[in-house]
Amino acid sequence: MKHGKRGPAFWFLAAFFTLFVLFLYGPTLTILVLSFQGPEGTLTFPMRGLSLHWFFNLFQTQLVGDIAGALKRSLVLGVVVMIVTMIVSFSAGLAFRNRFRGSTILFYLAIASLIVPSILISLGIGLLFRVLEIDPAWYSSAFGAHLTWTLPFGLLIMLAVFNRFDRRYEEAARDLGATPWQTIRHVVIPIVLPSLIGVGLFGFTLSYDEFARSLYTSGTFNTLPLEIYGMTTNITTPVLYALGTVTTAVSFLVIAIALISFSIIRRRRERHGSDAGKAA
Amino acid sequence: MMTRTSRWTTYFQVTPLALVFLIFLVIPIATIVVVSFFDYTTTSIIPAFLSQNYEELLLSPVTWQTYLQTVEFALITWVLTFLIGFTLAYFLAFHVRSATWQQVLFLVCTIPFWTSNVIRMISWIPFLGRNGLANMTLMKMGLIQQPLEFLLYSNFSVVLVYVHLYTLFMVVPIFNSMMRIDRSLLEASLDAGATSWQTLTNVILPLCKPGIAIGSIFVVTIVMGDFVTVRMMSGGLSASVALMMANAMSLLQYPAAAANAVVLLIVVLLIVAGMMRVVDIRKEL
Repeated sequence: MKHGKRGPAFWFLAAFFTLFVLFLYGPTLTILVLSFQGPEGTLTFPMRGLSLHWFFNLFQTQLVGDIAGALKRSLVLGVVVMIVTMIVSFSAGLAFRNRFRGSTILFYLAIASLIVPSILISLGIGLLFRVLEIDPAWYSSAFGAHLTWTLPFGLLIMLAVFNRFDRRYEEAARDLGATPWQTIRHVVIPIVLPSLIGVGLFGFTLSYDEFARSLYTSGTFNTLPLEIYGMTTNITTPVLYALGTVTTAVSFLVIAIALISFSIIRRRRERHGSDAGKAA
Repeated sequence: MMTRTSRWTTYFQVTPLALVFLIFLVIPIATIVVVSFFDYTTTSIIPAFLSQNYEELLLSPVTWQTYLQTVEFALITWVLTFLIGFTLAYFLAFHVRSATWQQVLFLVCTIPFWTSNVIRMISWIPFLGRNGLANMTLMKMGLIQQPLEFLLYSNFSVVLVYVHLYTLFMVVPIFNSMMRIDRSLLEASLDAGATSWQTLTNVILPLCKPGIAIGSIFVVTIVMGDFVTVRMMSGGLSASVALMMANAMSLLQYPAAAANAVVLLIVVLLIVAGMMRVVDIRKEL
C-alpha cells in the first residue's frame, strides 16, 4: 500500500473524501451566501440583491427576541465552563495518577456522563431544581449541566496526557528543591499546556453549542442555541441565515485563536530551546 | 509508598470533579427515578409510589412504535456513519502519505464539529426544500419533472442530518485506532500473499475494533437520545423517544416523562453494555 504509484484505490478514496468534504461544508456555505441577500430575500435561491440588511435586522431586539442577550450569555457561560473545565480536569488528572479509593467508580461516572443521553441529564437537573423549588438559571443549573458534558472529555484527555507523562521531570524538580506547587507551576503545567488549551477549547465550544442540556436547565433566559431553535419555528426570513453566519464566525474565531496559540507555544519553545517535553 | 499528606492531596484534587458528577449527574438521575413513581395532575406533581406511569407507558402501542422508530434511526445512522467513517479514516491513515497533509485533512473533517448543530440543520433547508438547490438542479438536468417532496421534512432528511452531524464521531476514534497499527503487520500480510482487500478485512478491520466500538457508542447514544434533529428535520412528521418525553414535559406531565426517561436510560445502557464488551476504554487512553 505504501509502495509504488498511487493505484485506482487511492483515486477512488480521494474522490470519496472530497465528496464528503463538500457534503460537510456545502450547506454551511449556502446559508453564508444567502445571508447577504437584499431586504426582499427569501429562504432559498436565487439570490435577491446583496446587502447587510439581515445582519442589522438580527440585532434589532424587538423583532426576533433577544439575540444579543442570548449571545452574551452563551459567551460568558462558554468562557466560565472553559476555565472550570481546564482547572477541574487538570486537577483530577493529577489525582488519577495515584490509586485512590473510588477512582474506578469516578472513572465510570465520567463515562456514564458521556453516554447518558443529554436530554435525560437536562430533564433530571430540571426536575431536581423543581423538587427543591429553586429556579433553574443559565448560570447555575445549565452551568452544571454543561460541566457534565465537558468534564468527561477533559478528564479523558488529561488521563491520556498523564499516561504519557514522564514523572522523572517532577522528581528532578523536587530534587532541585522545588515545592510541590512550584513543580506543578513550572514543570507540569508548561509540559501539558497544549493539551490543556485543547481541553479548554473543547469545553468552550461544547458549551457554546449545547442545546439539549440547556433545554430544561436554563430557566427564564435563553442561551444562544435555545434562542436559535426558538427562531427556527417562527422566523422564515434570511435573518436566520445571518444568525447562522454570525455564530459560525464566532466558532471559527475560537478555533483560529486556539490554533494560533498552539503554534505560538510551539514556536516559542523552539526558539527558547526549552527542554520541557524532550527526552532526558 | 504514599504518605498521609499526599493521599489527602489526591482526594483534594479530585473533589471538584466528584462533586460535579454527584450534584449534576447522580442526584438528577436519582430524581428522575423517584419522580417516575409520582402521581400528577394537570397542575402539580404529587409524591407517591405508583407504577401507573410505567403501565401507561408500556401498554401504549404508541410507545412501542416510537421506540422502534428510534432504534431504526439509530441502526441506519450507525451503519451509514460506520461505512463512511471507516472509509474516510482508512483513506487518511493509509493513503495520505505525508503527516502534514494527514493533519490538515483531519482538521478539515473536524472543524464543522465546532460549529452549532442547530445552524447546521438549518443549512439544509435551502438545499433540500421544494424550491431548493437539489430539486432545481435535478429539474434543470431533466431528471425529474416535479420537485421531490421527500427531500425535506421526512425520515430521509432526518437520517441525512444525522450522518452529516455525527460521522465525525466515527472518523476520530477509528482513525486513532488505525494510526496505532504497526505498519510492519501490513507488510507481513502483503508479503504472505494477501491482497489489499484481504489485508483490510483480515488485519486492519479487527485491529480497529476498539475505535469502531467507541465511535458506535457515541453515535448510537446520541441518536437514541435525540429530539431536536427529529423535530426540525421531519417537520413534526416523525417521532422519537426523546421527542415523546419533551412533549410530555411541555404538558407538565413530569412523572410520565420521567418514567419514559428511565426506560430510555435502561435501553441505552443495555446497548452500550453490549458494545463495551468489545473495548476496554481505560486501555485506549
